[in-house]
Amino acid sequence: MLNSGISVLFEGINLQRLLIGLLATLRVALISVLISIILGIIIGIIRTSKNKLIQIPFRIYLELFRIIPILVWLFVIYYVIPANFDINLSSEVVALIVFSLWGIAEMSDIVRGAIISLPKHQMESSKALGLSPVQMYRFVLIPQAAKRSIPPMINLITRMIKTTALLTMIGVIEVIKVGQQIIEVNNLQYPTASFWIYGIIFFMYFCICFPLSRFSRKLEQKWAA
Amino acid sequence: MENLTFDWQYMIDVLPHYKTALWLTVKLAFIGIAFAIIVGLICSVIQYFKMRVLSNVVQVYLEIARNTPLLIQLFFLYYGLPKVGVTLSGELCGIIGLTFLGGSYMAEVFRSGMEAVTKSQIETGKAIGLSNLQLMRYVIIPQAFSYSIPGFSANCIFLLKETSVFSGIAILELTNTTKNLMGIFYKTNEALFMLVIGYLIILLPLTLFLTWLERRVRHAEFGN
Amino acid sequence: MSQQVPILQVKGLIKKYGDKAVLNGVDLQVEKGKVIAILGPSGCGKSTFLRCLNGLEEVQGGDILLDNQSLINKSTNWRTVRQRIGMVFQSYDLFPNLTVMENILLSPLKVQKRSREEVEKQAKELLERVGLADRANDYPRQLSGGQKQRIAIVRALCINPEIMLFDEVTASLDPEMVREVLDVIAQLAEQGMTMLIVTHEMNFARLVADEVIFMDKGKIHEQAVAEEFFSNPQTDRAKQFLNILQF
Repeated sequence: MLNSGISVLFEGINLQRLLIGLLATLRVALISVLISIILGIIIGIIRTSKNKLIQIPFRIYLELFRIIPILVWLFVIYYVIPANFDINLSSEVVALIVFSLWGIAEMSDIVRGAIISLPKHQMESSKALGLSPVQMYRFVLIPQAAKRSIPPMINLITRMIKTTALLTMIGVIEVIKVGQQIIEVNNLQYPTASFWIYGIIFFMYFCICFPLSRFSRKLEQKWAA
Repeated sequence: MENLTFDWQYMIDVLPHYKTALWLTVKLAFIGIAFAIIVGLICSVIQYFKMRVLSNVVQVYLEIARNTPLLIQLFFLYYGLPKVGVTLSGELCGIIGLTFLGGSYMAEVFRSGMEAVTKSQIETGKAIGLSNLQLMRYVIIPQAFSYSIPGFSANCIFLLKETSVFSGIAILELTNTTKNLMGIFYKTNEALFMLVIGYLIILLPLTLFLTWLERRVRHAEFGN
Repeated sequence: MSQQVPILQVKGLIKKYGDKAVLNGVDLQVEKGKVIAILGPSGCGKSTFLRCLNGLEEVQGGDILLDNQSLINKSTNWRTVRQRIGMVFQSYDLFPNLTVMENILLSPLKVQKRSREEVEKQAKELLERVGLADRANDYPRQLSGGQKQRIAIVRALCINPEIMLFDEVTASLDPEMVREVLDVIAQLAEQGMTMLIVTHEMNFARLVADEVIFMDKGKIHEQAVAEEFFSNPQTDRAKQFLNILQF
């Protein structure tokens, strides 16, 4: 009985539809990641300032995303904004807003952490060698800060991709929704469909996230010096 | 634009639902974390001692658990398994999911904690005649525990937040309860406000406890 | 009485890391009660040599005999050997989660299974002798480097070893703390403990050691009675080494 189920994957254009759904997911992830990287770096640099007026609000912002689960954030933005402000937001836009805000918060923390972890004597040695501030940033500080940021950044990206699974809960048409549609349609003909469909979605996420994790680990090992 | 004030009476009325949901969330999280710790300990010991075949099995498990979303794991357990004859309750699926996912995170934290115990500490232990088991018990585990606490705390909080994902498989924890109530009563502001408070009620004491634990066990960094 | 067998004999010891020979045939006879200082440039193998004697390093050739029994065979239980050959390291390494007293009592109680009364009594006496009796309930993090090293020595002594190995035990200490540790070792020498001491403290070696062995590139280059070695080094290499250290 199990074997009969697997052919649901090859029936018609099911596989194709699943992949298209996956692309929808990845599109949200990609855009949020890009926004997060750009704004995250900027805000991360801003946050290295010792000024309490800057530190405290941003810290609260970060902690809000650390304490409240992302799914809850999705619900909050999805329900609260239309209910209170008479604006209609599509699920994709809600997803982009939440993921971007989350990504910016985490990314800024990564960048800030990388910058303040740089040993101070690097700056002093550079000055002693006669490097101009621009040269110091270009050849010493930025490469080192980048090395410390990139593995955690990739880790964050992987987490964001995994979290896109939650988008199905606010109605985004992504891979899980498509999968559920396929299961429903094929229920009579392929009773074990859900086993295989969820199985393949599981496998798809793995195929995306695993190479990223491995790549990040390789980088970490390479830069461990 | 709707009135932004809260309907306090409504919030009092639905309080019992939230209490039940909160209790369920805490219960499932607690059990899930406990099992995750056990799985994590076993895996980390296997990896630390580089046990041949088992090490590879653990490695495969870790890669799978860490590179797939919890929601998919839950869907697979809750909707997929019944089709091959294994039917599990929603709550059991939730616990298995947390254990599966959490175990991998704990394994990573415990393993790096053990590896942080310096070689010279271990050699000193050997030099005074301790057996491997005694080394584990008196030298490695106490220090590994101290090194692991920050990561362990982060994992506990993470796993607790992940219980929100259980709403995808009809478990009446906090997030799901809120969603249902919003569907019935449309009091979105109130419901979501209580939801956030609900998580704070769980997370704040947990964070305090973990901070206390961290302070108590911080000896390892003062080794030499 | 006939000549006694040396308590420790090393014959043609060979230790390799991969293809590189770190110990290239070391021979040594250690009589009971003798203090032997081991000197030499960095990388000559002196620490490795000590570590072979209590099984922290595996040897690829030669033999080590304790009381005329070979330690280089598969059936050697190094745990038992380590109760007879104690070692103190450069990185004192007290266990941070245990108090001073618990550190000292750990092995006698858990490995040697002695009675708590007896061990505590011995521990307290030893702590008195090194002047740290009032620190018994402190944690390592509350002690200075010199104090920790003295506790490490007490911890090793409480196991009642027959031989003590010291691996550059003052190298990580501030100069002002070196003296207090060397005093303890000098005391032990007076009491007749058999010791092998790897050190850079030349004056100390000259005063306390009975014999000196000078190692270079994995072999014993020169071996002599302490005073002889320092006043009249025979080999060029030894002369060079000692000259370097006299400004």
